[in-house]
Amino acid sequence: MKGFRLIWRKSVNMVMLTLTGVAAFAVVSVLFLILGYLVYYGGRSLNWNFFTQLPKPVGETGGGMANAIVGSAKLLFLAAVIGLPIGLLGGVYLAEFGGKTFGFVVRYTTDLLNGVPSIIMGIFAYSLVVVPMRHFSTLAGGVALGIMTIPISLRSTEEFLRAVPVSLREGAMALGSNRWKTIATVVLPAARGGIITGMLLALARVAGETAPLLFTAFGNQFWSPGWNQPISSLPVVIYTYAISPYDDWHRQAWAAGLVLLGLVFVTNIVVRTFLMRGTSYERS
Amino acid sequence: MDAPFPLLSNSISSGTAVGKSRAEGQTGSGLDTKSMPLRMKVSQLNFYYGKVRALHDVSLDVATNRVTALIGPSGCGKSTLLRTLNRMHETIRHTRMEGEITLDGVNILTLDVTKLRRMVGMVFQKPNPFPKSVYDNVAYGLRINGYSGRLDDAVEKSLRRAALWDEVKDQLRKSAYALSGGQQQRLCIARALAVDPEVLLLDEPCSALDPVNTAKIEELLFELKPTCTLVIVTHNMQQAARVSDSTAFILNGELIETSPTGMMFTTPSDPRTEAYITGRFG
Amino acid sequence: MAKRAPSSWSVRAYLRRLATGDVVAHMVTLIFAASIVLIATLLVFQLWNNSAASRQQFGWGFWTTQTWDPVFEHFGALPFIYGTLVTSVLALIIAVPLGLAAAIFLAELSPRVISDKVAFLIDLLAAVPSVIYGLLGIFVVVPLMRTTIGPALKDAFGFLPLFSGPNYGVGFLTAGIILSIMVVPFIISVSREILLTVPREQREAALALGATRWESTWKVVIPWARTGITGSIFLALARALGETMAVTMVIGNDPKIRDSLFAPGYTIAAVIANEFTEATGKLYLSALIELGLVLFLLTFILNGMARLLILATETDRGRAS
Repeated sequence: MKGFRLIWRKSVNMVMLTLTGVAAFAVVSVLFLILGYLVYYGGRSLNWNFFTQLPKPVGETGGGMANAIVGSAKLLFLAAVIGLPIGLLGGVYLAEFGGKTFGFVVRYTTDLLNGVPSIIMGIFAYSLVVVPMRHFSTLAGGVALGIMTIPISLRSTEEFLRAVPVSLREGAMALGSNRWKTIATVVLPAARGGIITGMLLALARVAGETAPLLFTAFGNQFWSPGWNQPISSLPVVIYTYAISPYDDWHRQAWAAGLVLLGLVFVTNIVVRTFLMRGTSYERS
Repeated sequence: MDAPFPLLSNSISSGTAVGKSRAEGQTGSGLDTKSMPLRMKVSQLNFYYGKVRALHDVSLDVATNRVTALIGPSGCGKSTLLRTLNRMHETIRHTRMEGEITLDGVNILTLDVTKLRRMVGMVFQKPNPFPKSVYDNVAYGLRINGYSGRLDDAVEKSLRRAALWDEVKDQLRKSAYALSGGQQQRLCIARALAVDPEVLLLDEPCSALDPVNTAKIEELLFELKPTCTLVIVTHNMQQAARVSDSTAFILNGELIETSPTGMMFTTPSDPRTEAYITGRFG
Repeated sequence: MAKRAPSSWSVRAYLRRLATGDVVAHMVTLIFAASIVLIATLLVFQLWNNSAASRQQFGWGFWTTQTWDPVFEHFGALPFIYGTLVTSVLALIIAVPLGLAAAIFLAELSPRVISDKVAFLIDLLAAVPSVIYGLLGIFVVVPLMRTTIGPALKDAFGFLPLFSGPNYGVGFLTAGIILSIMVVPFIISVSREILLTVPREQREAALALGATRWESTWKVVIPWARTGITGSIFLALARALGETMAVTMVIGNDPKIRDSLFAPGYTIAAVIANEFTEATGKLYLSALIELGLVLFLLTFILNGMARLLILATETDRGRAS
């Protein structure tokens, strides 16, 4: 009887080992499935036109996504200008100057912002920018995306600043440096890699966001000069084309999906492998 | 001995010139130190971490162009005492200092703290070079304090004073972390020397190093003596005996005894000193 | 000889510190940090304010009304709350066992080198944008559901009301499946990290008593990490609730409460995404924003609880399990 019990336990062990391994394998294979589909369906539709032409009117074949690509770039630029300084300087505050209670409040609110669904950010930017301006604009989209970069960049800035050893700071101060000079000339450069990592990961994250742009940047069939007009972007175009009834648009949606995912993945891989180990703080 | 020297006070508050060559027995402002036996003087120092008193009524004389060693068991307060000399304790919250510490007769609390720290330099226990090149490490203090002369010359001079020049002269642009532990510590000494301090504080500078590098640094201290006043904290009594001119023994935050080194180690006056020196505790 | 040190808080000392720039640096960074608090407050304020019309009109009934009629301006949140909850719970039912199993494999059973590489791949999966999941949802999962998975389920479980009714490929089940894939990476990475922090001595104690690897994991390590793992589930749930694009693209966009998983439905995030720009009239828009407020509160509470739980695992080390 004792022997049987042991055999039972050992088989359960084996089965569970296999099952958990299968689970891990299954999850990882989803990643490769996604890549596979995108490469297969999207790769076929990638051509020079895709990158250089504007969309053709509905029903006509051909045309490309030049304006969406540029649009995404403009939006990301705006998001970086708006959100990254706040994340950086806020992180410096928390790591170097922060008081106990106010520091706690800032961290708590940052976590709160991080957990806000992206569509709610869209509503926020809508009421903040679109309503007073009375129309959709690149600015509104940039604000929505910019706010979303704050939690990730702030957390990684704070984390990597704190990781700089006290001995380096003391060394600088013993030479007659004051606090802000020490931070600017010793601490920040020492934490540079991790901070940039956080910023790039934050940007890669918001580059793929669609929901906050739906009623801020909205979308545009043409070029969008300046910052005051609605603007096209890769994620929104993917969405619009995918739910449309046109095969040609479907093909283009696949291609755009490949481009978007490619950019996001390349950024993630490069940043995580080369610029120090990546921060584990993800937008949840 | 602690009478104020008006000329000197002037030069302290306006900052002594950095980088001027210095003859033996002279301060950076050109005054003759032979008439100034005491560089720094600590009087009735009481030091608190929060409510805990870490130093009790400590009074210490730091003689010019001499090496003063602070010895004592772990946690006795010698590092704490050292760090008050350049007000490094102010980087930690909830510390309080009562009593007087003077540099050339001037109360250090009345001095601008960054200027004080330029004149009273510090080398730490573990080498802490910045993540920059060798050159930029040495030049850091000069740049921060607005040095207007030729950086290359000042950097070379400091590295020579720290006996490191020959080893790194071809690697000035390399990262400081490429150096060995002993070299890094000498780099830190060079970095501290670059701003031409009047006093150099060393907090167990050799405790992380092997005997060969320790010997190199001890020799370095001998060579620095004529142009610098040194205070060294060490838990290694043989080192104190080798290197210092006078020694102070600290126990539980109290300065038990201070005497010329030879006397301290052969005929200590306090029984506790004797117990420590002969290894009965610590 | 002075007895007390000259005060470092005198006006002169302050002005001197001001001149060094330290105070300025402190102020500048403080302002930027404070702006985050300002933004968050503004967000809540705007949500509250802009939903006023709807709140006043419908009051608490908003939460329980089933109709969503823009024409007659009768708005109720129930179908969306239902859809949001159903898809999220479905997602968790699939993702939690799958994610936990994978996390256990990575943290306990596989060699560290493989574990780290796979964890990296999982992080990549977490970085995939929502709209790409939606893309694959429409063109891959929906047809699959219609032709393969759906009929299979119907054959096996068709007698249950859960699997009754026509199957068009879109609906609660499809949305739930896609959501589960999106949420699994978070469960895996958070749980894996938590499992890795369980002290080695715990496992070794179990193994030394003759337990198999699985028994040591299931009976000792997991209970120890129980609180943190629950926290990771809450985090995953919060994310699922707020997920917009992928769900919008496969749920069928029908604001009705139905008992079949094959039926089309609607979630809060989806209806906002679809109808916000079409909303005519102040009340319509206000109702949508009130839905947003509901979603915000739900995710806020869940995230708060999740962080408390994860914090509890980190601080509560020595308890007897």
